[in-house]
Amino acid sequence: MRRTLIATALLIAAGQSLAATAFVSNEKDNNLSLIDMDTLQVTQTLPVGMRPRGLLLSHDNTLLYICASDSDRVQVMDVATRKIIKELPSGKDPEQFALHPNNRWLYVSNEDDSLVTVIDTETSKVLAQVDVGVEPEGMAVSPDGKWAVNTSETTNMLHWIDTSTQTLADNTLVDQRPRFVEFNKDGSQLWSSAEIGGTVSVINVASRKIIKTLKFEIKGVHPDKVQPVGIKISDDGKYAFVALGPANHVAVIDAKTLDIVDYLLVGRRVWQLSFTPDQKQLLATNGVSGDVSVIDVASLKVLKSVKVGRYPWGVVVAP
Amino acid sequence: MRQMVFHPLLCLALAAWPLLTMAAEEPLQVRIGYLAYIPDPGPVLSNVIPEPRDAGLRGAELAIVDSNSTGRFLKHSYSLTSASTDNSDALLEQARAQHEQGLRLFVVNAPADTLRQLSAAMPDSLLFNAGSPDDSLRSTACLHNVLHTLPSRAMLADALAQFLTVRRWTRWLLIVGQTPDDQAYANALRRAAKRFGHIIVAEKAFTFDNDQRRSAQADMPLFTQTAEYDVVLVADERGDFGEYVPYQTWYPRPVAGTQGLTPTGWHKTVETYGAAQLQKRFEAAAGRWMNDRDFAAWMAVRSIASAVTRLRATDAMQIRELELGDNLPLDGFKGSKLSYRSWNGQLRQPIPVVQPRALVTTSPQDGFLHPGTELDSLGYDKPEVTCTF
Repeated sequence: MRRTLIATALLIAAGQSLAATAFVSNEKDNNLSLIDMDTLQVTQTLPVGMRPRGLLLSHDNTLLYICASDSDRVQVMDVATRKIIKELPSGKDPEQFALHPNNRWLYVSNEDDSLVTVIDTETSKVLAQVDVGVEPEGMAVSPDGKWAVNTSETTNMLHWIDTSTQTLADNTLVDQRPRFVEFNKDGSQLWSSAEIGGTVSVINVASRKIIKTLKFEIKGVHPDKVQPVGIKISDDGKYAFVALGPANHVAVIDAKTLDIVDYLLVGRRVWQLSFTPDQKQLLATNGVSGDVSVIDVASLKVLKSVKVGRYPWGVVVAP
Repeated sequence: MRQMVFHPLLCLALAAWPLLTMAAEEPLQVRIGYLAYIPDPGPVLSNVIPEPRDAGLRGAELAIVDSNSTGRFLKHSYSLTSASTDNSDALLEQARAQHEQGLRLFVVNAPADTLRQLSAAMPDSLLFNAGSPDDSLRSTACLHNVLHTLPSRAMLADALAQFLTVRRWTRWLLIVGQTPDDQAYANALRRAAKRFGHIIVAEKAFTFDNDQRRSAQADMPLFTQTAEYDVVLVADERGDFGEYVPYQTWYPRPVAGTQGLTPTGWHKTVETYGAAQLQKRFEAAAGRWMNDRDFAAWMAVRSIASAVTRLRATDAMQIRELELGDNLPLDGFKGSKLSYRSWNGQLRQPIPVVQPRALVTTSPQDGFLHPGTELDSLGYDKPEVTCTF
């Protein structure tokens, strides 16, 4: 009897830990909503620092990094215990950041100071600060670790930081208000969204030149409402997804031909995207409607909206 | 002969440079003149919270800093030469002096008459109006070499009237001050009332000459005891008596217009679409809140910078042409891409409607449709303009 009870308890515990968990930052509530990806219910809310925005998982999925923008720091949460274990000196107003493949160097854009701060997450020390354009926001590190790319929203440029020297090597002019950058899995392409320009530029990383500029046209939606922000590219190189802000749609692009394939209606002011670990689902945060849309990638259908807190900004899914 | 052959080749080579890497940029100096004449409004009753004396200039200065951030990667350097005077003739002198020095791009913060004189004195230059909301400049008497970043009175009145339609506050009491500016504001309100189906049930000229700070409680209720209204509209541009109307009206009604619920190009409480970032930068640089004149001047310099970055040149007429085309989306932290109307050079833009400590709404309101862009439901639209621009 006792053994059966213990076995059942262990089974239940194991069952709980098998479901993937989505972490969503609620910008105006200063907390995270946690969604159980099996039941698609919010199971927990965790208070964090002020104005939480960017979220990122360490490469081994044990740590969750949180940009607490108004607290001027990056918080580090232990994913298993859901507790904040330390804070990193990020520079002022961190919004987005990216983790180097070495799982150690964190590149943080400091929106107010025109800087990128490079932090060693093990020693909690600032390794370097790089002068970039006005209002740095988007941040991505190439899969081979060679480049850290930052976007400056008012200067309208991509800044290429050479990670071996942690200094600026090159700059690419893009369309108005570049918000987000994302490398594809093999690092051959960098995708960049321009919110006010209304476009996404696909850049060849080797030459740092723009290969194609995507313009979005959605039936029934005024072009001025099309404001691309978050981008995610599937590992198999099949699809790229772009959140189009107040257009309330996520664009689906064939990542091989660079043709726009579909537009998926989600919630209001769709902002950032994240795949589940198996990449079978894509989550999208809808800032104004305060919910997260769950998209089935194979069928390109929006399955459900999950209500979270006020102004959901970022989302990551831990296995 | 040899020189003539050389130049076309050099031009071709230079034209090819922008297609190559950033390192091959030619250095470019972008010199912008800032010209300000702000007439003394005279003694006003609500003078406890003074208006900033450097409104406009600080916005232009911040925009120069912002533009140099892109500029430094492209070898473009931006500089501002500013002149502030206390009379119109002196400003014309300063403008001529700047023009002598080779400046052809100007941001002007001055009344309509001064702007007209500046425009006539420098026909080869491009002027950005960041100080006059005068409607005739956008409708009957346009100036060929002037683009407007400050919203016109008509845009402001339309922005407010649209919201009043949403609220269904359609019966208006209109109180008008005695200055020509007040009359002009009232005209814009009358036009907006007609456009959006509101009725001015009563109109009163504010002619009291006693101190409303002491006597509003006694004077205002009787003054506003007219046919019943839903909202009181006030036209008091310099801020003399308007602040003393709220809470003293005969019927308990909201007050809107130049005081109370106010349409404006910019306000401290505008914070979405990244505006919080611009506000922070401005406050750090100027030590005070950014206002509508600051934003208009900032927007003017940023318009120039966006064009220069695209053109890799500073020619005034080329910049004018690019601004009026369809191909230069400008970022004004207001959520939509901004651009200049081809029929009168007015920057089309969302208009915040604010109360002193919060953003109440932003116009155009949902539901007011337009064949081109809903932003053109505010102000003078193409068919309504009689000037040649």
